[in-house]
Amino acid sequence: MDAGLLVYWWPAIPVPGDVMKKVQFQSRWVPYMLLLPQLAIVTIFFLWPAAEAVQSSFYLEDPFGFGSTFVGFENFTDMLTSSDYGRVARFTGVFTTLVTFLSLGIALLLAVKADKVLRGSSTYKTLLMWVYAVAPPVAGLIGVLLFDQHVGPLVDFFAMFGWKMQIGVNYFDTSFAMVSTAVWKQIPVNFIFFLSGLQGISKSVQEAASIDCRSGMRRFWTVTFPLLAPTGFFLLIINITYAFFDTFGIIDVIVKNEPGNNPVTLVYKVYLDGFRGNDLGGSSAQSVILMAMVFILTIIQFRLIERRVHYT
Amino acid sequence: MYKLKIWDHLILLAGVFFMVAPVAITFFTSTHDAITIYKEGVQFAPGGKFLENYETVLFQAGGFTKEVDGFVMLKNSMILGFGFAIGKIVISMLAAYAIVYFRFPMASLCFWVIFATLLLPLEVRILPSYEIVQSLGMVNTYSGLIIPLIASATGTFFFRQFFMSVPDELLEAARIDGAGPWKFFKDILVPLSKTMIAAIFIIMFVYGWNQYLWPTLITTDESLFTLVRGIKQILQVWVGAQIPAFNEAMALAILAMLPPVLIVVIFQSWFVKGLVESDK
Repeated sequence: MDAGLLVYWWPAIPVPGDVMKKVQFQSRWVPYMLLLPQLAIVTIFFLWPAAEAVQSSFYLEDPFGFGSTFVGFENFTDMLTSSDYGRVARFTGVFTTLVTFLSLGIALLLAVKADKVLRGSSTYKTLLMWVYAVAPPVAGLIGVLLFDQHVGPLVDFFAMFGWKMQIGVNYFDTSFAMVSTAVWKQIPVNFIFFLSGLQGISKSVQEAASIDCRSGMRRFWTVTFPLLAPTGFFLLIINITYAFFDTFGIIDVIVKNEPGNNPVTLVYKVYLDGFRGNDLGGSSAQSVILMAMVFILTIIQFRLIERRVHYT
Repeated sequence: MYKLKIWDHLILLAGVFFMVAPVAITFFTSTHDAITIYKEGVQFAPGGKFLENYETVLFQAGGFTKEVDGFVMLKNSMILGFGFAIGKIVISMLAAYAIVYFRFPMASLCFWVIFATLLLPLEVRILPSYEIVQSLGMVNTYSGLIIPLIASATGTFFFRQFFMSVPDELLEAARIDGAGPWKFFKDILVPLSKTMIAAIFIIMFVYGWNQYLWPTLITTDESLFTLVRGIKQILQVWVGAQIPAFNEAMALAILAMLPPVLIVVIFQSWFVKGLVESDK
């Protein structure tokens, strides 16, 4: 799921008090015809695979293809108690936290400054947002180049401080490259939303604040920041989703198909176990756990919408 | 006061440097020859091999994949980007039209079925999705590449939201004039949605173009590779190469990012509208 895409359904979910059209067409079959293409694709490519994932998470597939046996929650308990899964889950947690807060923080700083300057603000805006269009694996490839053992300038740069980086060999160094690439790729989305949030704050509020309070710093934290909070909460969810799902390309390119001892995220592990390890049951169990996580995130988002609707 | 302004610009310039420098270095590196890069590291100024490298990547079958050239991948990326964006807009406009403008039993059930797709990102149902597409014989086809990506509900919600904001009086007037559902859709709703369609087209095109995981699984036949899918191939050639062809790899990376970046920059106001407007 693309971070940008998630945005659309945010305001569109029906909430209590959502008004229906007063005038509508009446027709027995036209609406079904209109809905048919979407419902057909949803059923075949979404609901069916999801059901398969849930089902096979309770089965143990015979490695030689001789059917499968029902094992109940064994796949889940095996997965959750394995040290490997714990390690990957911990990395995913740290990775998500770092990517979310770094990209949100840097983007907020830049948006505040871009909102403030008069000269060249649209040039800054363009230059800061265009990386949105760079695909995650392409970002990963650029990361691989810049952190390359032989030709990468960043390796030389950090070597000046006595840090001998070994991407792909050293666990910490590889994580560092992944986090910086993922942050780089995510700043534009956050920047665009923060900037439009800032521009949505009414001029009269800002003028009133500047009369009451001379310190720009204090004005930011007491007036601007609280007014940006809804945008911030919303972006928080977007960023968590991004760090979970959309970083797949970055990670896949940086570990160069050799996960070995390298850090990977939970989503990458679903792919690894499913397609490389041929562990259908285990991979499905992980899928189901991730579905539950997406479900929880969605509920949180629902709650946020209700609160927002309440205020506006 | 003046001093503060300088700090603002310095911070913004640092931000611009952070965002632009990696791609600039990538571009400069793509204009040198492999041996120079191998000896001296990445390059910070343009070199003399621009035409040569890009020609090799675009037109010489071989390079990385031995069978396809960059031009074929560019074509496939275009097919994926346009096919995805157009397919998604058509399907989701029709569905949103049904949900907003028709009263029929099961309307809310249909809505919730579509809504459920938001809970199922591709990444969490990746293995069963692949198996189903495989059993339908759609592996290594354009339809297998595009259709499974189309159905998620995002576009439907976007258009639903927009249709809800269209004044009821329009439909009343159209009905008094004797317009049926199809005529109302074609002559009033679609022209009214032009800007929205443009905005969502840009975002969907970029999203489709940038797909990686799904094309990696579905296309094993090289003649169907997209540019972004081709990245994986570059790396496989890199590992174990004597002098890795950094220049050609970076030229391919630049080609893979150029069309979506151009679209986002040229149609910036629509793009931002598409991304942010619906947030209101």
